[in-house]
Amino acid sequence: MKKKNVLPGFGLSMGYTIFYLSLVVLLPLSTLLFSPWEKGWDHFFASAFSPQVMAAYGLSFRTALFAALVNVVFGFLTAWALVRYRFWGRKIVDSLVDLPFALPTAVAGISLATLFSPAGWLGQYFHAWGIPVINTSTGIMIALVFIGFPFLVRTVQPVLEELEPEIEEAALSLGASRWQVFHKVILPNVAPALLTGFTLSFARALGEYGSVIFIAGNLPFKTEIAPLLIMAKLDQFDYSGASSIALTLLGLSFLSLVMLNFIQSRLTRRLGRG
Amino acid sequence: MAAVTGLRLGRSKGSSVVPGIRKDPLWIKVLIISLVMVFFSFLILLPLALVFTEALRKGWEVYTTALVENAAFEAIKLTLFTTLVVVPLNALFGLFAAWAIAKFSFKGKTLLTSLIDLPFSVSPVIAGLIFILLLGARTPLGSWFRDFGLQIVFAPPGIILATLFVTFPFVARELIPLMQSLGKEEEEAALTLGATPWQMFFRVTLPNIKWGLIYGLILCNARAMGEFGAVSVVSGHIRGQTNTIPLHVEILYNEYSFAASFAVASLLVFMALITILVKNWVEHQYGKEI
Repeated sequence: MKKKNVLPGFGLSMGYTIFYLSLVVLLPLSTLLFSPWEKGWDHFFASAFSPQVMAAYGLSFRTALFAALVNVVFGFLTAWALVRYRFWGRKIVDSLVDLPFALPTAVAGISLATLFSPAGWLGQYFHAWGIPVINTSTGIMIALVFIGFPFLVRTVQPVLEELEPEIEEAALSLGASRWQVFHKVILPNVAPALLTGFTLSFARALGEYGSVIFIAGNLPFKTEIAPLLIMAKLDQFDYSGASSIALTLLGLSFLSLVMLNFIQSRLTRRLGRG
Repeated sequence: MAAVTGLRLGRSKGSSVVPGIRKDPLWIKVLIISLVMVFFSFLILLPLALVFTEALRKGWEVYTTALVENAAFEAIKLTLFTTLVVVPLNALFGLFAAWAIAKFSFKGKTLLTSLIDLPFSVSPVIAGLIFILLLGARTPLGSWFRDFGLQIVFAPPGIILATLFVTFPFVARELIPLMQSLGKEEEEAALTLGATPWQMFFRVTLPNIKWGLIYGLILCNARAMGEFGAVSVVSGHIRGQTNTIPLHVEILYNEYSFAASFAVASLLVFMALITILVKNWVEHQYGKEI
């Protein structure tokens, strides 16, 4: 039986939601569907798939992928330490994990670039060991690890907190080894959260700009990320060229999000929790 | 996708039947804590400490001068003005959207919710670009506004629009799951007992969602004050006119005025630290209530 909803304001709130969403998000985004073709197909292909731009997509994907993987490992370890252990400095770590969310990307960018510069606090050691960071893809990855780190910790932490102790205790008292408990009990339960965190970190890294440009040095074919090429086209007033790259980058990132969500739904279904 | 930034809606604390059996051996514990502390110090603490060291490298005088000189003052003013316009607008939207989505059932709810999240998956540079494509001087809309003497792109209105876009989902995505979990019985009871819709909203709904709302507001505020990529695209980079604090930091850094650049950046670090403090306080208050 369907009950009539007595609450007021559906028309007003729904109307305003649609109106504001269209005005601020959908109408501006719709320009990306028209602008790339303004100077014809040839201009679109020349702008969106030139060797320099292809190199930039490749760089963005590689570094985003690697940074997200680093974050899966260290994000899990950090969440594990925060949930399972009590140690000196735990409160500080737990609070400051969110710093990359709250700190403006430009500040993160100049700070990391100075930290890893050849004379910087950490850069001097890397330099002495022959690992240049500034103006390399290593530098880009460090910035992307910084940006994505809280996504992993904050998705995994609640799952670890809610893990029922009984299951682990049962496995342990029935003679399972710690390693078996980890990869047969804990890991399967945390896997969906790890993948969600991975996806969020990866998606954020693909479009990241502010924290990367200072450390990257922006050398064509080497350390030039895709968002920077959009900026370069804009500086030349080549708007349709800029929107060609933007549309392609957006398409590629939606494609990877759809793929990751597909893996996610398979994973949850296999675990019988979907 | 899960709202990672979200206020946690209650946690279950499982009960231990065999106390201590789950405890990791000491060497594993020490190893993991050391790894985490090293990683955390290098990635979070060092960059944080570096901002203040660099800002004060040339002494207090350079530090304070960098903060009070005219261009910095104008940048602070523009950032505050932008934030004051953007945060209330997106908060109002968040309230309306959460009310519609959480309290009523309708077709296309999933689509609407993912459209609201859309700005989070758009690169900040693209967020700026679309406003140039829509309202730039050569577009029909842009020239229409210009006929009224209103410049949008490469001027403060463009900065406000781009900031509206990138901070669009923050309040809504906090309130939607919170209101959904609260249900609608309390509001229905208030109406049955004779409350007017406004009384119901201010006396029942608002007190119930206040922590979620504050949470969304501070996250929205932090991003609005610190947005760089999107604002960088639509700003004209004109000193004293279209520069926000993050853009001013960039200009000083690119001019090799490192001490001044980090001095201005330290303002944003304070803003970030206050955001984290308020966030922890809200989580604490919310935890006490449930």
